[in-house]
Amino acid sequence: MSTFYFIAFLSIFFSILVISAKNPVHSILYLVITFFTFTVHYILLNAQFLAVVNFIVYMGAILVLFLYTLMLINLNKEAEPVKPFMVKISAVFGGGILAVALISSLKSLGVSDPVVLKNPNLGLVKNLGKVLFNEFLLPFEISSVLLLSAMVGAVLLATKEKETKATI
Amino acid sequence: MELIDLLIKIALIVVIFAISLVVAMYSTYAERKIAAFFQDRVGPNRAGPWGILQPLADGGKMFLKEEIIPTNATGFLFIVGPSLAILTACIGSAVIPWGQNLEIGGRVIPLQVTDINVGILYIFGVVSLGVYGIMIGGWASNNKYSLLGAIRAASQNISYEISMGLSIIALLMVTGTLSLGEIAKQQHGFWADGYFSWNVFKQPLGFLLFIVCAFAETNRSPFDLPECETELVGGYHTEYSSMKLGFYLFAEYINMFISSAVMATLYFGGYNFPFMDLIHSPNLVAILGVVALFAKIFLFIFFFMWVRWTIPRFRYDQLMDLGWKTLIPLAIANIVLTGIFMTIFK
Repeated sequence: MSTFYFIAFLSIFFSILVISAKNPVHSILYLVITFFTFTVHYILLNAQFLAVVNFIVYMGAILVLFLYTLMLINLNKEAEPVKPFMVKISAVFGGGILAVALISSLKSLGVSDPVVLKNPNLGLVKNLGKVLFNEFLLPFEISSVLLLSAMVGAVLLATKEKETKATI
Repeated sequence: MELIDLLIKIALIVVIFAISLVVAMYSTYAERKIAAFFQDRVGPNRAGPWGILQPLADGGKMFLKEEIIPTNATGFLFIVGPSLAILTACIGSAVIPWGQNLEIGGRVIPLQVTDINVGILYIFGVVSLGVYGIMIGGWASNNKYSLLGAIRAASQNISYEISMGLSIIALLMVTGTLSLGEIAKQQHGFWADGYFSWNVFKQPLGFLLFIVCAFAETNRSPFDLPECETELVGGYHTEYSSMKLGFYLFAEYINMFISSAVMATLYFGGYNFPFMDLIHSPNLVAILGVVALFAKIFLFIFFFMWVRWTIPRFRYDQLMDLGWKTLIPLAIANIVLTGIFMTIFK
């Protein structure tokens, strides 16, 4: 119980640091720690497979790519473009709407007990596989097709367009 | 858990930790001796007989050197980099089965720290985390050569992780489990049911892919582009000195040890050895098993060094070509072939 609240506190603490850090690279590193606390949450829920996959995919691949890109862009005070006034206004407006939506969702808030598991073995590989391939087969297959199309799109974008070059 | 079980676990962890450090330490000595042998030199021979105290002398030198933190470096991250590198190198050993269960005075002692049911994925996660040490260190140094080294390390690791994962998937199709302890158990002996029981004979292509990726993930030559001294001075550790440099270099040797242990466990039967059924004392089998596993590990470490002093370094575009255009298609073909074989023969 207390472990859960401690880890939950750490998750929120580091996510606040992500958005408040001045240096974008530091902010990514805080995001790495945030994802690590999510991994710990999964372990607390006895979902070892999800924990490790979260660890590999988010911490090990996606955030490395984030970090990689940020290191290549030279982000500093001088290079930062001055944003137009309208953009700032619209950002405030958008953020306000999001805040209203979040606060209004508090109304339907019910107290859950995150520590007691209804099905403690759900997160193990075997059970997860059975659930995915029985109950959620259609969403699973659709998301795999979505990933495939994203991959094909990336390859298409990366290939050199020889024909257009020839016409120019 | 009883107190005594806890103590045994702690003792096991300490022993494994000490062994990985000692093996890594003497790998540096072996590396230099083997390099000397390959180049027809003598190698280190001044500290102690045949130079066997050389690693201690090196370690002492590293500790006593002046510690330099560059003015423009990001102070905290500059220290976090090497610490993360050594940390991720050390935690990989937790799921490797070092031997069969020992039985002392009616108490069963498993020679594996923990047998989590996603052992392979844990190793994979630790490997993927290993790049952070290099990236953070390279970025925090605030040096263009370090940054280039860090970026090379990142893209290299991500590219080779894919084919490594795909080669493991084919292995998982054969074994049907993610637990390393279970996989080691399945490869009992050397010959079972009219075929070799070690996975390397069931997954030869998978093993080849895995070992190439292991070279790339440990940043060993011919894939040591992140620290390519002909182009990048020292790569990601250009700005490092004293023990922080030592940690980076040491982490590489520990990684080599751990990846050798993983390869031995996944493909070369782990602690199993031929004719192990002829020995009737289970404790003797367990101890001989540990010896067999370490013999395999040392062979792999020798192989790592042999390749380093034989094959020249890749160019960076060749490295990417090999990863994306050769290894990944081969790994996918391997998965398909494994599937076809399994449906035909089972």
